[in-house]
Amino acid sequence: MRWIPNFESEIELPDPLLQIENLDIGFETARGLVRPVREVSLSIYPGQTVAVVGESGCGKSVTAMSILRLLPSPPSKVLGGSIRFAGQDLLRYTERQMQAVRGRDIAMIFQEPMTSLNPVYTIGDQIAEAVVLHQKVGYREALQIAEQSLRDVGIADPHRRLREYPHEMSGGMRQRIMIAMALSCKPKLLIADEPTTALDVTIQAQILELLRKIQRQTGMAIMLITHDLGVVAENADVVAVMYASRIVETATVEELFDHPKHPYTQGLFRSIPKIGVTSKRLETIPGTVPNPTRFPVGCKFHTRCDKMNGDPLCTTVEPLLREVSPGHWASCHHVEKFADSPVTPPQLEHKRETDLSAVGEVKA
Amino acid sequence: MIEQPGNPPFAATKVEGDQALLRVRDLKTHFPIRRGIFSRTVGHVKAVDGVSFDVAPGKTLGLVGESGCGKTTVGRTILRLIPATSGEVIYRGQDFFKYRGDELRKLRRHMQIVFQDPASSLNPRMTVGNIIGEPIEVHGIARGSEKLDRVASLLQRVGLDPAYASRYPHEFSGGQRQRIGIARAISLSPEFIVCDEPVSALDVSIQSQILNLLNDLQDELGIAFLFIAHNLAVVEHFSDEVAVMYLGKIVEKATGHELYANPKHPYTESLLSAVPETNPRPTKRRIVLSGEVPSPANPPTGCAFHPRCPLARLAAQQADAKDTVQITSGGETIRVFRKCAEQAPPLEQKQGEAGHVAACWVTK
Repeated sequence: MRWIPNFESEIELPDPLLQIENLDIGFETARGLVRPVREVSLSIYPGQTVAVVGESGCGKSVTAMSILRLLPSPPSKVLGGSIRFAGQDLLRYTERQMQAVRGRDIAMIFQEPMTSLNPVYTIGDQIAEAVVLHQKVGYREALQIAEQSLRDVGIADPHRRLREYPHEMSGGMRQRIMIAMALSCKPKLLIADEPTTALDVTIQAQILELLRKIQRQTGMAIMLITHDLGVVAENADVVAVMYASRIVETATVEELFDHPKHPYTQGLFRSIPKIGVTSKRLETIPGTVPNPTRFPVGCKFHTRCDKMNGDPLCTTVEPLLREVSPGHWASCHHVEKFADSPVTPPQLEHKRETDLSAVGEVKA
Repeated sequence: MIEQPGNPPFAATKVEGDQALLRVRDLKTHFPIRRGIFSRTVGHVKAVDGVSFDVAPGKTLGLVGESGCGKTTVGRTILRLIPATSGEVIYRGQDFFKYRGDELRKLRRHMQIVFQDPASSLNPRMTVGNIIGEPIEVHGIARGSEKLDRVASLLQRVGLDPAYASRYPHEFSGGQRQRIGIARAISLSPEFIVCDEPVSALDVSIQSQILNLLNDLQDELGIAFLFIAHNLAVVEHFSDEVAVMYLGKIVEKATGHELYANPKHPYTESLLSAVPETNPRPTKRRIVLSGEVPSPANPPTGCAFHPRCPLARLAAQQADAKDTVQITSGGETIRVFRKCAEQAPPLEQKQGEAGHVAACWVTK
């Protein structure tokens, strides 16, 4: 808890809603222990959107699943660290206590809305089930809550939709249903795992606008997991970049896009084609994303890094996440004054400077 | 007819100057909708409904649009992987749809395809060497050790170790598999390749590698591409000319730069505005379209875009009441310009570069 002086009284800054510290996850496999998440520290404040960016296999989804304790155990195993939600360590909760948290305090939406909806139940039944489970209401009232949450996510004719089945709807509509279901119990934290990856750009724009609107109204925190840097730039307050099981860089969205420090982040920014910037050749990051069963020794990015220059430090010592400048964490031996920077858990209670609504969304 | 490998099939009709390699004229692909025990045809899904364009030798035409707009069907119909309902595909001055049997197979050498999903487009029971070598043998270009040499040089050309020829597809990462798919496509020295979402299934840092590879191959071998994608930034980066599809029709076509700088069709404009900027301080005005893409089985009358079109509404506000008509779209009742709702607009030259065509009644 931090205190800042104020001339009237002392204001207490809120604690993070979610604070993950040094989380280590292991999977027992036939080939031995695989560690998809290592020493991940992350905090999310109420009303904040924290984006976790990374490519396949970097550990971003495993991190999200471990918050809700949705990873099957065995083979998964928490090797260390803590996940504190509103002050309580979720890793110490019993399965029964977790059931009360899932859906009610923390809700999750997934990339593929078709596989996350049950095809043999109507939309109304599925939303109402969650409502009955978490709120002290009867089925009839739960259906009314379900109808209202469908209306909130912009579904036309919600009363009729309640009686329909998932296959009768388009992808964008199903993702709205998932969001309606997630929001029906008014969670404090929404974990959105690639919520728009399976959708077209115009539908993606609708869904992201919807999430921003709901966040403005309810003050819900969002953990946004994505690989799309454009989605991050426009929606996140704080960004954590993951690569091969670790957070390699974290900062506010403005700082990260203006001054990326880790060679991986820099490479990512350079390699994506941007509209209106035509050059025939793209810069690339050489090599491939490493497989979690065969991570390189030392800095896990050294096999693809352009800053390394044969430095033996990179191939032997894995850099920790250090606060290389105030409010900016990175893990690279080649960042200026890296060895002298403190190892602190990232905490950024930042809200983005410009919202899309400031630029103006034209509702057509 | 005896052919030397690498020679064009029609030496007499060699493409000269600005003559197109491939001309597509009024292409239609309709799929029947069958119902009941007698599989009566009750209607048609007009997946492709009157598409015309040219592809110049060694150039790239980008085809963009949302899912269900028919862009993939266009690519497959041109290659006769799906039978066309009507229309013409003129390849080097010859009607490709008239060919049968042996002649067709000979022509097929010159037209290849790279698929979106590299995992499902490679036979898991064949070695990489066989996958790439089979077309070389089938078309009688080389066999035995000569074939193996060709496979080795093709693997090297796409950035893979020639020793990989004896491995199976599952041993490779997504990016490497896509390289194998590309090696197979160029194994017959084609003149034209349909790239159907070649990078959508790949990680961000791998996409730029594959795009650069395709670019280099085009420069070196003079291959023409039909580049199908939903990612507008990728298409702009890659294409000389871009065509935008909506519900089976091309609604706008121009050079890449012109289309992005000066979009004429309201659909193109909203599609462009929906792409998130990789800038934490967004500057672009966002047009959020209401509703979703209508079903191609039952497309709207007139201009297919009119129920979602911001311009059709704007035009209605300025027009006399008799020139407007009331419609319901996405659950709301709106007034739109009568002409938009009743007559399909032709694809015609708009103000701007020569060759910038769009199908819209309202824009100039």
